[in-house]
Amino acid sequence: IMKLFIYFSTNASLILTALAYRTDEGKPWVLPVVRKTEKQLADDEALNHEYLPVLGLQACSSAATRMLLGAESRALLEGLAFGVQTLSGTGALRVGAEFLHRQLKYTTFYYSSPTWENHHLVFTNAGFAEPRQYRYWNSETRSLDLDGFLEDLRAAPKDSVIILHACAHNPTGCDPTSEQWTQIADVIEEKQLFPFFDSAYQGFASGDLEKDAWAVRYFADRGFEFVCAQSFAKNFGLYNERVGNLTVVVNNAVHLQPMKSQLTLIVRGMYSNPPNHGGRIVATVLNNPQLFEEWKESVRTMAKRILDMRKGLKERLEKLGTPGTWDHIVTQIGMFSYTGLSPQQVKHLTEKYHIYLLKSGRINMCGLTTKNIDYVAKAIHETV
Amino acid sequence: MATSSRIASVSTSLLKNNQYGISSVVGRASSWWSHVEMGPPDAILGVTEAYKRDTNPKKINLGVGAYRDDNGKPYVLPSVLKAEERLSAKKLDKEYAPIAGSAEFCNLSINLALGEDNEQSKNGLNATLQGISGTGSLRIGAAFLAKFFPGNKEVYLPTPSWGNHTPIFKHSGLNVQQYRYYDPKTCGFDFQGALQDIAKIPEKSIILFHACAHNPTGVDPKPEQWAEISKVVQQKKLFPFFDMAYQGFASGDVARDAFAVRHFVKNGHEIVLTQSYAKNMGLYGERAGAFSLITSSKEAAQTTLSQLKIIVRPMYSNPPIHGARIVTEILSDPSLKSQWLQDVKGMADRIISVRTQLRDNLKKEGSQRDWSHITDQIGMFCFTGMNQQQV
Repeated sequence: IMKLFIYFSTNASLILTALAYRTDEGKPWVLPVVRKTEKQLADDEALNHEYLPVLGLQACSSAATRMLLGAESRALLEGLAFGVQTLSGTGALRVGAEFLHRQLKYTTFYYSSPTWENHHLVFTNAGFAEPRQYRYWNSETRSLDLDGFLEDLRAAPKDSVIILHACAHNPTGCDPTSEQWTQIADVIEEKQLFPFFDSAYQGFASGDLEKDAWAVRYFADRGFEFVCAQSFAKNFGLYNERVGNLTVVVNNAVHLQPMKSQLTLIVRGMYSNPPNHGGRIVATVLNNPQLFEEWKESVRTMAKRILDMRKGLKERLEKLGTPGTWDHIVTQIGMFSYTGLSPQQVKHLTEKYHIYLLKSGRINMCGLTTKNIDYVAKAIHETV
Repeated sequence: MATSSRIASVSTSLLKNNQYGISSVVGRASSWWSHVEMGPPDAILGVTEAYKRDTNPKKINLGVGAYRDDNGKPYVLPSVLKAEERLSAKKLDKEYAPIAGSAEFCNLSINLALGEDNEQSKNGLNATLQGISGTGSLRIGAAFLAKFFPGNKEVYLPTPSWGNHTPIFKHSGLNVQQYRYYDPKTCGFDFQGALQDIAKIPEKSIILFHACAHNPTGVDPKPEQWAEISKVVQQKKLFPFFDMAYQGFASGDVARDAFAVRHFVKNGHEIVLTQSYAKNMGLYGERAGAFSLITSSKEAAQTTLSQLKIIVRPMYSNPPIHGARIVTEILSDPSLKSQWLQDVKGMADRIISVRTQLRDNLKKEGSQRDWSHITDQIGMFCFTGMNQQQV
């Protein structure tokens, strides 16, 4: 460990602020099934680079919506749900927000405190005039502030759009339990608020697609109308291909055509149609049983590595006797962890140990590897 | 409004015990969407839809906005295929691109537009980003101008213009006005009408030009006419916005097609320029394009770039890489670039020869009308002069 210590403190910097998955070697990972599919697409002479439809490749969006809601979903079976292929998760959020503002004239939206830093600007640039926060993270208990959350929702004006993280809350990694989701849904229904899910980590969080979609499916089964922005950046590792989907769930099929036509106008005036390459990769994999299994295996690999790092960090901190409790590291889920370290502690970690993390104490678990986890644990221990 | 739809009679509400053991009103029969109206159908895409539905074996689609080869098939350029092979061997990663896209892509794009030795990119006077093809680049420009343009926030479009220009600008909060452009009597450029209208535009307004191969008329000003227009634009202190979707694809010569843009820039105009690689590289669905602001100082280029990124981030965060990598591979390699220049000339030549044949055949069929506009016009589209019934 001393060798590593010297190496890290003099030569390299340890980046725990990365936005992408990293292997145990600290490298980016292009999923084998993605490479395989790309080769297959390249060899297919029937394919070309022609425009996709405005709302995207039907094979991609319907598979994405099915993956989110589950093939048995009542909404799907009754033809009450559809998808729009978008420019990854951000693009789905923006198209959804523009639609809600232009068509339903909504102007108030709520985001969790804290949330992904881009949520605010996506909605305000889409025309929403009233940004508000709902309490979420309790930094003292390092857990969900459900009472604050529900209180803020109860005070929300009717027709407020509520941004909900489907799983693996960014940046805290702290998700409501199913019991808590039930209570959240009760208030949303009672106060006639509009749920807008952000699902950027389906499969990537627990390793299980169904488990990570529980909250969204619960709302669908309860009869809510809502939209959900999906990203394939992390779970497919397709970061720069910009593949996403906006799933829309309604309760009356008569609305589908008008909604699609209005969404078409919004997309046409923004970027005309989505990128072909990434859309085809996702469509091919999700619609082919064998490729789908291979993909799920890769997703489990990524999720497991992160879970192992979480477990490993917590164990080491406890073994070292680092003051404080570190359970939150394993109860939190997904790529990020709100460690609870203060800005001063963060500064110390960076200056003395060249470990880079956000001021908020957020670390990207993907930055940890079997080779550096001892170093990081010791550094945190010394810092605290 | 959602309010009234939820007060609507709950005629089909059901109580159902679902797996969570709670009763819920399944699909509250009232909906948030009840007042959403059917939007107008897209005039252009509608033609292709009608074509697809037609079962007649002799059907022909002259409405599509993409190149077709002599067999009526989509065409993947040889240079693109070659570039893709090379890229696939490189096994590049899928990590996020920078918000503005790759610097190399941006440099290659502005140099293609302005010429290899242009002063602007040499001196860092351009703020260039990768955009989602032409549309996305236009939208970035529109959003930027809506927020930062210090003059009259109205965009003057030629009459007619590409149908999507208006929604792009309106969605961004800019008003749209017109200036005369196409003369239906001559099926040509209404030069005098354009000059008169441009001279009447309020100072410091934004004026949009199609750099070449005007869409939808195929009618372009001659170089000396561009020079005149440039002078008037300068006198009236108007801000030029160039939409260049067909560089190389129009005449077969990338320098010739960029004449207007290069002329304006050389004469000191600060401009907005959008580029598309959809047609000239056949990369339609891969959404490769570029947006540039040509400024007068390095500092302005840097500050505007930072603001442009702030516009992109809440729209789609960062651009799709695949098409841009193909463009980069082609433009950065002399032999691939030379192949591409041949490919694009091939497409342009085919279009020009079809124009010639159509005009000649109409004469052979005995038509007495003057069809010279077919060959005078340039690019993918031809305003035939036929009326709606004839269509």
